Amino acid sequence: MKKSILLGTLAVAGLTAGIASAQSTMEQVQARGSLKCGSNEGLAGFASPDANGNMQGFDVSLCRAIAVAVLGDAQAVEFVPLTSQTRFTALAAGEVDVLVRNSTWTFSRDTDLKLDFVGVNYYDGQGFMVRSDLGVSSARELDGATVCIQTGTTTELNLADFFRVNAISYEPVPVATNAEGQQQYLAGACDVYTTDISGLAATRATFEAPGDHVILPEVVSKEPLGPVVRHGDSAWGDIVRWTLNAMIAAEEYGVTSANVAEMAAAPTMNPEINRLLGTEGELGAMMGLSKDWAVQIISAVGNYGEVFEAYIGENTPVGLARGLNAQWTQDGLLYSPPFR
Amino acid sequence: MAEVTLPPRDGFRLSQLLYDARYRSLTIQVVAAMLLMLSLAWLVDNTVQNLAALGKDFSFAFLWTTAGYDINQQIIPFSSQDTHARAALVGILNTLVVAFMGCILATVIGVLAGVLRLSKNFVVSGIMTFYVEAMRNTPLLIWILIVFAVMTEATPQPRDFREGGGASMILWDSVAISNRGVFVPKPVWGEGSGLVLAVFLLSLAAIFILRRVARKRQEQTGQQLPVVRLSLALFFLPTLLVFFVLGRPITLDYPALGGFNFVGGIQIRNSLIALWLALSLYTSAFIAEIVRSGILAVSRGQTEAAFALGMQPNRTMQLVILPQALRVIIPPLISQFLNLTKNSSLALAVGYMDVRSTLGGITINQTGREIEGILLLGTFYLIVSLIISSLMNYYNSGVKLKER
Repeated sequence: MKKSILLGTLAVAGLTAGIASAQSTMEQVQARGSLKCGSNEGLAGFASPDANGNMQGFDVSLCRAIAVAVLGDAQAVEFVPLTSQTRFTALAAGEVDVLVRNSTWTFSRDTDLKLDFVGVNYYDGQGFMVRSDLGVSSARELDGATVCIQTGTTTELNLADFFRVNAISYEPVPVATNAEGQQQYLAGACDVYTTDISGLAATRATFEAPGDHVILPEVVSKEPLGPVVRHGDSAWGDIVRWTLNAMIAAEEYGVTSANVAEMAAAPTMNPEINRLLGTEGELGAMMGLSKDWAVQIISAVGNYGEVFEAYIGENTPVGLARGLNAQWTQDGLLYSPPFR
Repeated sequence: MAEVTLPPRDGFRLSQLLYDARYRSLTIQVVAAMLLMLSLAWLVDNTVQNLAALGKDFSFAFLWTTAGYDINQQIIPFSSQDTHARAALVGILNTLVVAFMGCILATVIGVLAGVLRLSKNFVVSGIMTFYVEAMRNTPLLIWILIVFAVMTEATPQPRDFREGGGASMILWDSVAISNRGVFVPKPVWGEGSGLVLAVFLLSLAAIFILRRVARKRQEQTGQQLPVVRLSLALFFLPTLLVFFVLGRPITLDYPALGGFNFVGGIQIRNSLIALWLALSLYTSAFIAEIVRSGILAVSRGQTEAAFALGMQPNRTMQLVILPQALRVIIPPLISQFLNLTKNSSLALAVGYMDVRSTLGGITINQTGREIEGILLLGTFYLIVSLIISSLMNYYNSGVKLKER
């Protein structure tokens, strides 16, 4: 008993040593010269290495945008691949500065886990994927099915709720990573693979014959996915939140990576754009960033819509429609608070 | 006036603590103990401070909240509405099941491999040497993944068992080996099955008594009873007789395809099989070496003496060598059982829901109680290990050399 306590406390002391220092996250990132970003260990379109081994994707772009805002360099990011089980512990222990890993914003994670979800970069919902030759057209027909599920996720809880509420039975097959779930599903060890619909689409895009698999129409949960930081460093949370908002606002005002240099050269007719791009006011300085922080983000990474289309949009293998993730002006939910 | 030389008695000086051999060891021990306690206190204090800085408290109340997740292999009923404590209990039972099955199979394979490795037949001992060296020189996790991959990739899917699917059940359509596990018939206990069971247990007791009687008889008179034949008869005949007289109260529920999967029967999941086989194979390699060393530790003269008395080699092994070898084998065997039990925590790799996966995995993840969960987990493994080693030590005290 004594020994296990000793080892436990040793481990805890080691894990939390990073937090004990008085430096703010911002100072730590600047001293290190790179941003430690907790990312998915591999999910096509969201975070996966390209042919040259560079991480790229929708979530990865947000990490790069934060790095641009804080360090002025989109490449100054150290990606830490985390599983669904290890992600929050790694963030709480200070192993990563920010977590952008398809993580659902929930009440208990925000409060009890002492994390701060600073925004939503993808409005998602949980769905089910099955082989089309099973002839299943609704998730309510899945009585007795074997379901592959990533452990340590909200989808695990939604799954239990969905089958209990509909009074049908299922057999859960827990898997640790998306890759393992994909392998089990393709081997037929489970009939159904369930995760967020964006994740299903991304996974299906990597199959040999994506057309043989259907995503069932039911969306059984709300899964607002967004970047997460630790409780207690609000200044750092502000930087992450407004980096995301800058990308969303830029799309709303039509600022793209192509025209941002031109728009930032001189004040435009739209004062909102001027404040965003730093040609009017001192918004960057209020967060301890440079005046042209948003210009740098948009020219290096692009606005929200550009990033969406480049990695997960309808012209990519993942092929997701904007849906809820359209601007509020186009019946979506994206709504950046004003830059003022 | 005679001079008396008394030792100088000028009281106790502080420097004596360090320079006087009588006190020095005590001083060092006290200082070391204080340093140890100080570092412990520092660790605890550091943890408490960091937890406070994070705004987290230390509480086990999460154990009584709703778990919200499902577990596939349940020995006691469990639903997603039960508490985290019950989920932990389900996981504990799953851990104990795989550890128990693993210890038995590992011992059986290990003893066989250990004895065969000493065989004079070059091929047999060569194969066993290869087996032992291959197993114990590769990581356990790899074996778990290999067995699991074979089970999922090389076996047919349940839907292949349909007409024209190319797969069929074995043993007169009673057992299905699929990539979701092995489905075997389940006994259904009808009315009167209790009586059958009671008769079976009674005949087991009768076999036990018969063996004692036979041994006593042999020791006293030298006459041997046909123990094996009598035991076999006792094992089968009374139970079968009662079974048929009562009109076959125990029936079998055969697995059959229904909907997405097999229904009925008992499903032995691939995760359990993979973990069980891999743990057994891996640990048996170590046990084989322990058995071999135990046998080699018995002096050669014992074998020669037995042969001189005209004993057959297998009787020599059974009656002379193994009983003496056990004294050497048991103590290291205990640590192999402990290793196997603790290694079962690799279950997560194949999605087997042991206590590491429920309490130490999903529960910690859903509640964010890392320290509490890991402490509970450590305590559980500690208690189980202590129980196993005390049981084995009890057995060891029975077989060890009696020193008088």
